[in-house]
Amino acid sequence: MAVKGEKPRALTDVPFHYCPGCTHGIVHRLVAEVIDELGIEGKTVGIASVGCSVFTYNYFNCDMVQAPHGRAPAVATGVKRARPDNVVFTYQGDGDLAAIGAGETVHAAARGENIVVIFINNAIYGMTGGQMAPTTLPGQVTQTTPYGRDTKTAGNPIRVCELLSSLDGVALAQRVTVDNVKNVKNAKKAIKKAFEYQMEGLGYSIVEVVSTCPTNWGLSPKDALQWLRDNMLPYYPLGVYKDVKEAKE
Amino acid sequence: MGERVLMKGNEAIAEAAIAAGCRHFFGYPITPQTEVAAYMSKRMPKVDGVYLQAESEVASINMVLGAGAAGVRVMTSTSSPGVSLMAEGISYIAGSDVPALIINVQRGGPGLGGIQPSQADYFQATKSTGHGDFHMLVFAPSTVQEMVDFVSIAFDLGDKYRMPAMILSDGMLGQMMEPVELPEARNPDNDSKDWAACGHKGKREHNVINSLYIQPQTLEDLVRARYEKYEKIKEEEQRAEEYLTEDAEIIVVAYGASSRVSRSAVDKARKEGIKVGLIRPITLWPFPEKTIAKYVDSAKKFLTVEMSMGQMVDDVRLAVNGKKPVEFYGRTGGMIPAPNEVYNKIVEMKGGVQ
Repeated sequence: MAVKGEKPRALTDVPFHYCPGCTHGIVHRLVAEVIDELGIEGKTVGIASVGCSVFTYNYFNCDMVQAPHGRAPAVATGVKRARPDNVVFTYQGDGDLAAIGAGETVHAAARGENIVVIFINNAIYGMTGGQMAPTTLPGQVTQTTPYGRDTKTAGNPIRVCELLSSLDGVALAQRVTVDNVKNVKNAKKAIKKAFEYQMEGLGYSIVEVVSTCPTNWGLSPKDALQWLRDNMLPYYPLGVYKDVKEAKE
Repeated sequence: MGERVLMKGNEAIAEAAIAAGCRHFFGYPITPQTEVAAYMSKRMPKVDGVYLQAESEVASINMVLGAGAAGVRVMTSTSSPGVSLMAEGISYIAGSDVPALIINVQRGGPGLGGIQPSQADYFQATKSTGHGDFHMLVFAPSTVQEMVDFVSIAFDLGDKYRMPAMILSDGMLGQMMEPVELPEARNPDNDSKDWAACGHKGKREHNVINSLYIQPQTLEDLVRARYEKYEKIKEEEQRAEEYLTEDAEIIVVAYGASSRVSRSAVDKARKEGIKVGLIRPITLWPFPEKTIAKYVDSAKKFLTVEMSMGQMVDDVRLAVNGKKPVEFYGRTGGMIPAPNEVYNKIVEMKGGVQ
């Protein structure tokens, strides 16, 4: 029988626990494909963060460390400073990266810590059952904004790539999504560039993936993708917010 | 062995760590431990080491977690409020079986408290550093030389048992200068930890450094296994110094800075003919209950002296187990008891013996 496609080697055989229509699976696969293509599985260390993606340590075949909530950039800093020849990435959600871990994120970026950050922005806390995240849109209904996010009382969402792009330590800040084939391919290119930049020693790279959470959004997988296009992308425009190489050219 | 040099406690700890092969230090400024970090920032670049000033104690302990998980000898240093911030990370370090060294140069509390020497973090160090069931090794030096010696022991035992270790110092020991002999320098050993997350190089299954176990039975089994290890440590690693205890009717129990004061009080009382001795716990966890139990029959009374409102006294009472009275004398908030205060307490207790 002809083999038409294979699971990346950098993924284990453990089945993902993610809900139907969740885009974590696609992003995991993209990261794994990049690790395969660069031939770095044996020297890569991933940092799992707290949230739905905490079990990434079961899914990636490289060595993994599970960090406390929000602390993945600090843990990654420790690994990278101890083992500069390792390739180190974190995989973090919006609550982890932009709320409880905002301090660690800003300072790792400011230091130009030579790591890759994969940032899943789905505008909600998934694992705890759909509470307001720092990236929850104005007016968006969540478990803890039942009348819609009122920015007068619940504050405004944070645009992470825009925020970090002002920092000198950032090598790459790019926002992508995975709602169609073209965008999936673009997302993979961005992730690959981020890993390559680390291998070239250029500093902190973040790839923000605008993602879905059909379960907590209360939408079917198909409708969730449409909601992402209609609501998320206008507020979180896709694009390259910083690229040290393009800046030099 | 090397020559004797005059060093400040905080600087001696730092140099001893380098001599023990530590090349990774992550910290955040706080008084009265500042000299540890300052010394490291000067020395680490000279020995191809890493000194990194983090954005907070929360970040520094997580950098320690990362470096420890990657299999290198790593440490941080802070003072009391900083340990409170590190509590989360220390719990993860213990729950992930990662060795690491934490220095606490204690100051007065609670809250911002003060910056003068204190021993009010005993509970925090020995019983409740963070959430969950766990312990860390806790060493209590009483001289600058012991600061040097215990750093090496704490690193080695932390590696042996794969657990965090703490040197519970205080502002007095950290700031004072004494002559010390530094040990011969050891080279860093970065390659002997086969459990570490530092890249499998295609030669083994992937390593996972983790403290999450969703199945309660799995978690209980792991915690129980850790507690079996703790029992072994309690059996093998208790350390204490005994001073004039053989014929003592009153035994003073004190550690660190307050043990120095207590020793002076004991010497003075002996000159007055009072049969008093001193037990000085060196390991606070495991607590040297065996040493205390040895004297439960021969001594008539115990006195615990601390620079706190009375924390270690609970462990002394547990070790004495109701068989003899255990009294307490303490100063807190950065106040250091004078030898005469402890002497007067001994005399008062002696009056009760007659």
